[in-house]
Amino acid sequence: MSNIQPVFIALQANNDTLPIIEAICSDNPQAQVNEYPAMVKINCPGRMVIRRSSVEERMGRDFDLRELQINLISLAGEVDESEDEFVLFWKA
Amino acid sequence: MAADGDLKPIKKLSLKENYALLTRGLGWEPTYEKKEEIFRTIDFEGIKIHDWEKWEDPFRLTMDAYWKYQGEKERKLYAIIDAFQQNNGQFNVTDARYVQALKLFLNGIVGLEYASHRGFNILGREFPGVGPRIAAQMQAIDELRHATTQIHAISHYNRFFEGMADFPHQFDRVWYLSIPKSFFEDAVSSGPFEFIVAISFAFEYVLTNLAFMPWMSGAAFNGDMSTVSFGFSAQSDEARHMTLGIEVIKFLLEQDPDNVPLVQKWIDKWFWRGYRLLALLATMMDYMLPKRVMSWSEAWTIYYEENGGALFADLARYGIRPPKYADVTIKEKQRVSHEMWSIFYSVRNAVGFPVWLPSAEEMDWFSEKYPDTFDRYYRPRFEHWRELEEKGTPFTNMTLPQLCQVCQWPCIYTEPDDPTEFVHRETEYQGETFHFCSDGCKDIFCNEPEKYVHAWLPVHQIYQGNCFPEGADPTAPDFNPLVAALQYMGIKPGVDGGLMSQHVDASRWEQWTSRPANLHEGAITQAVRKTT
Repeated sequence: MSNIQPVFIALQANNDTLPIIEAICSDNPQAQVNEYPAMVKINCPGRMVIRRSSVEERMGRDFDLRELQINLISLAGEVDESEDEFVLFWKA
Repeated sequence: MAADGDLKPIKKLSLKENYALLTRGLGWEPTYEKKEEIFRTIDFEGIKIHDWEKWEDPFRLTMDAYWKYQGEKERKLYAIIDAFQQNNGQFNVTDARYVQALKLFLNGIVGLEYASHRGFNILGREFPGVGPRIAAQMQAIDELRHATTQIHAISHYNRFFEGMADFPHQFDRVWYLSIPKSFFEDAVSSGPFEFIVAISFAFEYVLTNLAFMPWMSGAAFNGDMSTVSFGFSAQSDEARHMTLGIEVIKFLLEQDPDNVPLVQKWIDKWFWRGYRLLALLATMMDYMLPKRVMSWSEAWTIYYEENGGALFADLARYGIRPPKYADVTIKEKQRVSHEMWSIFYSVRNAVGFPVWLPSAEEMDWFSEKYPDTFDRYYRPRFEHWRELEEKGTPFTNMTLPQLCQVCQWPCIYTEPDDPTEFVHRETEYQGETFHFCSDGCKDIFCNEPEKYVHAWLPVHQIYQGNCFPEGADPTAPDFNPLVAALQYMGIKPGVDGGLMSQHVDASRWEQWTSRPANLHEGAITQAVRKTT
C-alpha cells in the first residue's frame, strides 16, 4: 500500500488561519479537519498541498507561504516548499 | 549598482536560488588549517558523510525571512502577554491546581530549552556542512528565545504563587529535576551526530508533539492565555526543527549504508530516553489540568502510534524499523500517569508543588478513558488514600526511592505484562551493581556502561552527604539529613510541597478570587461565598 499514511499540519485557530484552512480543504478533498481548543489539526492521507494562489484568493491580498511559520504549530511528513506550493508528503 | 543608470534591475531570486546562495555561496574550504583540526568531533562516532552539499533544508529559510517572521512572532506573543498581565489573567485559569503544572514546566522544562540552545550552538560550530550549520545556528537562537519567553511569561505567576522563584537553582539540584536535566546533558555530551538524532529526530520529531499540541491546547482550555501563547510561539519554531530532524535522518541514511545501524541504535536509545522523560507530561496532562482535552493514552495513540507509524513506514525503505520497546510504551499508556501521580502523592513533602487526590468526577473520567486499568488498579488505591486523608492520617512515604541509573526516575514502573509487579532490572559492571526501571534503560546502560556509571543520582548523592546546604553540620545531634537535603534543593518544607488543600497557594487563591482552589472539591476557606 502506498501513499496512504497520513500527513498533518496543525495551525493556531485564529483569524489569520481561517482562509488558509479553507484553501487546504478546497485543494485537498481528502483533508480532515479536527478542531481542538486554540488549535486546528488537518490530516490528509499521503499528501497535502497548500497553494499560495488559493490562500491569496481567500485572503484578498498577497501571501508569502513562509508566513505560515507564524501560525504553524506542528506538521508531519516530508516538506517541499517553493514560492507557489507548500507540500507535505510521505514517500512510502 | 544604483549609480549605473543603464543596469536593468536584477531579477528577483527564487526561494531555491536564495537558499542556495546562503548555504553554498557563503561557505569556503580552509587553506591554512587542516579541516580535521577545525572539525575535531565529526569522525569519532563512525558516521560517514561523503557529500555535505546533498543537505537540503526543505524550508529554505533565508536570514531576511527568519528575522522578519521571528520578529512578528515576538510582537504577537508580547501583545498577548501584556494583555494577560494587565487583566490579572493568572486568576482566570480554572483553579489553583492548574498553576502547579506551571511549576513543573518552569523548574523542569525551561532549563531544557537553554540546554538545547547550548547543544545547537555546538553543532553550529562542529558541522562542516554550511546547510546544517545554518539550520543549527537558527535553532540555537530559537531555543534561547523559547527559554527567555517562557521565563518572562511565567515570571508573572511568580508574583502570586510559591515555588517558582528559584528555578535555575532547583533545576540543578531537585531530585526529580535531574530526570530532564540528565536527559539533555546525556545528549549534549555525546557526539554531534548522536545529539542531532537524539534531539532533532527522536525527541522533537517523534515526541514533542505530545508536549506542545495536546498539553498546550489543554492550557488554552484551562484559560491560560499566557502559556498557550508562548507554547504555540515556541511550537511554530518547533515545526521547523522537526523538519530538520527528518532531514537529518534522511541525509545520514542516504550518505552511507554503514550509517544505518548507528542511526537505528540512536533512535532506539533516544526514543526510550525521551519517552521516559515524557512520563512527567503524562502526569501533567491527566492529573494537573482541571479541565481536560484528551487523556495521555489518547494522545499517545494519535501522536505516537498513528503519526509515528506513518513516519516509520516511510523510513522502512532505508532499513530503519520502529524504535525498540515501542510496544512497551503502548502497553504502559494505560498506566504510566497513574503510577507517576501515586509516587508524587506519596512523596509530596519532598516535591516543589502540592498534590491532591483525584476527585470523584475525575476518577469517573479516568474510568472512561482507561477502561482496562483504572477501576481495577488505581481507583481502589486512591479511594483508600482518601479514607486515610479523611481520618487525618494521610499515606506518606518517607523512604528515598531506588533510582534508575539511566533515566533517573525512581524504579516505579510495572512489568509490561503485569501492572501489579514492579519492574526491577540490574546488572553488574566492574564489581558494582546498577539498577534500572526497565529493559529499555538497562540496554542503554549495557551499550555504554562507561558513560552511565558517572550518572549523578540524587538519592545516592544525598546518602553520600553531597546534598546539604553550605555550613550544615551532619554531626549535630538534631541534624535531619532529609530536611537538609530539601533545603539544599531549594524546596521549603511546609511551603512548597504537601497537600493542595493545606497549601498557601490554595488559601490565597480563594482570598483573591473568591473561587474554590479545587473546582471539584468545594472551598477550603471562608473566602468563597456559598452559592447554595
